[in-house]
Amino acid sequence: MEALETISEINAKPFPWFRIICLAPLLLWIVGLLIIPHIQLFWLSFLQNRHPEEGFYMGNYLRFFTNPIYWKILLRTAVYAILSTFMSLVICFPTAFFIAKLLKGRWQIGLIIIVMLPFWISELVRTYSWMIMLRETGVINWILLSLGILSEPIEMLYNDNAIFVGLVYVSLLFMLLPIYSVLESLDDSLIEAGQDLGASRWTILWEIIWPHSIPGVMAGCIIVFMITLGNYLTPVMLGGKNSLYFTQTIYHQFIIAWNWNQGSAFGFLLLILSSFLVWIGLKVSRQKLTEVIK
Amino acid sequence: MVADIIDVEVKNLTKTFGNFNAVNNISFSVERGSFFSILGPSGCGKTTVLRMISGFEVPNRGEILIGNECVNNVPPNRRRTNLVFQHLALFPLKTIFNNVSFGLQRLKIPKNEIKQRVTNMLERVGLQGFESRYPNQLSGGQKQRVAIARSLVLEPTVLLLDEPLGALDLKLREHMKLELKKLQNKVGTTFIYITHDQGEAMTMSDQVGVMLKGEMEQIGTPEELYNAPATPFVAAFVGDANRFSGRVFAKSNESVTISIGPLKVKGIPQPELGDEREALCFLRPQNIRLQPPDDPVSKGYQSFPGLIREIIFEGHIRSYIVELAEDFQLKVAIAHATRARSFSVADQVQVVWNPNDTLCFSTRALADIDMNVGEE
Repeated sequence: MEALETISEINAKPFPWFRIICLAPLLLWIVGLLIIPHIQLFWLSFLQNRHPEEGFYMGNYLRFFTNPIYWKILLRTAVYAILSTFMSLVICFPTAFFIAKLLKGRWQIGLIIIVMLPFWISELVRTYSWMIMLRETGVINWILLSLGILSEPIEMLYNDNAIFVGLVYVSLLFMLLPIYSVLESLDDSLIEAGQDLGASRWTILWEIIWPHSIPGVMAGCIIVFMITLGNYLTPVMLGGKNSLYFTQTIYHQFIIAWNWNQGSAFGFLLLILSSFLVWIGLKVSRQKLTEVIK
Repeated sequence: MVADIIDVEVKNLTKTFGNFNAVNNISFSVERGSFFSILGPSGCGKTTVLRMISGFEVPNRGEILIGNECVNNVPPNRRRTNLVFQHLALFPLKTIFNNVSFGLQRLKIPKNEIKQRVTNMLERVGLQGFESRYPNQLSGGQKQRVAIARSLVLEPTVLLLDEPLGALDLKLREHMKLELKKLQNKVGTTFIYITHDQGEAMTMSDQVGVMLKGEMEQIGTPEELYNAPATPFVAAFVGDANRFSGRVFAKSNESVTISIGPLKVKGIPQPELGDEREALCFLRPQNIRLQPPDDPVSKGYQSFPGLIREIIFEGHIRSYIVELAEDFQLKVAIAHATRARSFSVADQVQVVWNPNDTLCFSTRALADIDMNVGEE
């Protein structure tokens, strides 16, 4: 009896220091690397660059709205992120379906590994390999020239298409995995039940498979949208110096113009835009964030 | 039951997966409006048979006729069969109404007629008022009825059920057994029911086919299977039976004597026994009587002295484990009536039974029986 009480006492009062140790890395991460710098940046974004002593200043934000180049770049960036998210979904949904439902056992794992393989390589190297593919003396041009389809090489790098291709490529895995896992969790007998009750393939896809996979699709879309919207490397390398991507504008303010106040303001505007678009996406698909994260 | 109209006929059906013969040359036919069960241990191929009838597997050989029409090449969505899945496979994101109306919507039936038919069907299975609920808001038994309603609303020629009671707890299973039979009587649809539970098969079915290792062992009414099993596996699998083996000592067409240790037991030789020298015998516990050592033995009965080793009280019956010789024990079930004579452990008794109740088969199927029914 006494032993039992001791155990229940331990359960009632777990060692607080143990909990603290478990939580410490997360707390350090969130407070030290996210909250404190953001407070700092938030504060900076409301100060004038040359005269911080003058106090509260809305100019950094106002400039975004009064100077069309900035909001046009942000809009363009958002459109690119949305388009590449959509494209990535179009590519990944059938792929994930194929791997999750049409393959079995070793083939399934093998293909997933093949899909993941490129992502073990640094993003920089992968982007360089796209440059090797796309440039004027690159692989694609060489093939098209040898086949006689082209008579002169064309420059495929440093334009919007190159950015688009790069963004979609970078995001594929992050779209594929959540959709794969949600399709994997779909009981095959639901598909068979649909068939048994007289449904055609398209009806089964639309009535049974698609509704089931929406949480995974939304999770993939949110991750990919965030990644593409905040991507810096791909647009700069594949799109060139004047690719007009919003992350580049922010970088420019921080590093070239040495205007941290302006850069912070742009950073927060990007954050607001992405949160807003994710919220819209969740509303439209009638999903809850908590369920999508699961 | 409308006799003589055959709804489903299966001829020489064979299905192999790689080198594995899942179903081997099976034939049977199911009359309109009857309840046909396929009974067998797991892995015997019964689910494969069902999946071939519903169209999810294509047979390697043989024919499936539904309403006298060969459906071998008809895909599942165009067969007049509907399947109730083992785990029901209700659409979790659809309401009960949309689950039940799913098949009707595919047929492009006008909306008000769909509503009418779904409402009628839900009423029939006792679920009126549940239309707007979701499957996860229902109890196990209710889900069961939704799954059946979803199939029956399409008025299939035959309803196929793949162990639909397997997931339910014991009490609910007992209840659903009776309910399912009642429902089948009410709607009059032909049912083909797959189960490994002989209790389910026996209580509900008009005809039962017992399968083992891809082959059909025997087809008959539950009583035929119980009283006259054609193979040793059926004898062991259907109902409770004492099982013992011994050497064939003497054999004529009507009678066989088996020697078990020092004892000579008389029984009926089954055709399957042939000229085998070893026999496997089955004797139902309720066909054995116990009486005090000096009581006279009825004419035609055989009697052996025995010692009561154990008594298991089960309420309506009392089971005695009686030892007749070393390594030879029999279970004797005696109805526990108020004024019945009872014995106690260590009592000496006479163990009496009619030789006609000892069914003697060969020992060929012993390994399968040990694996699927349990070792004696």
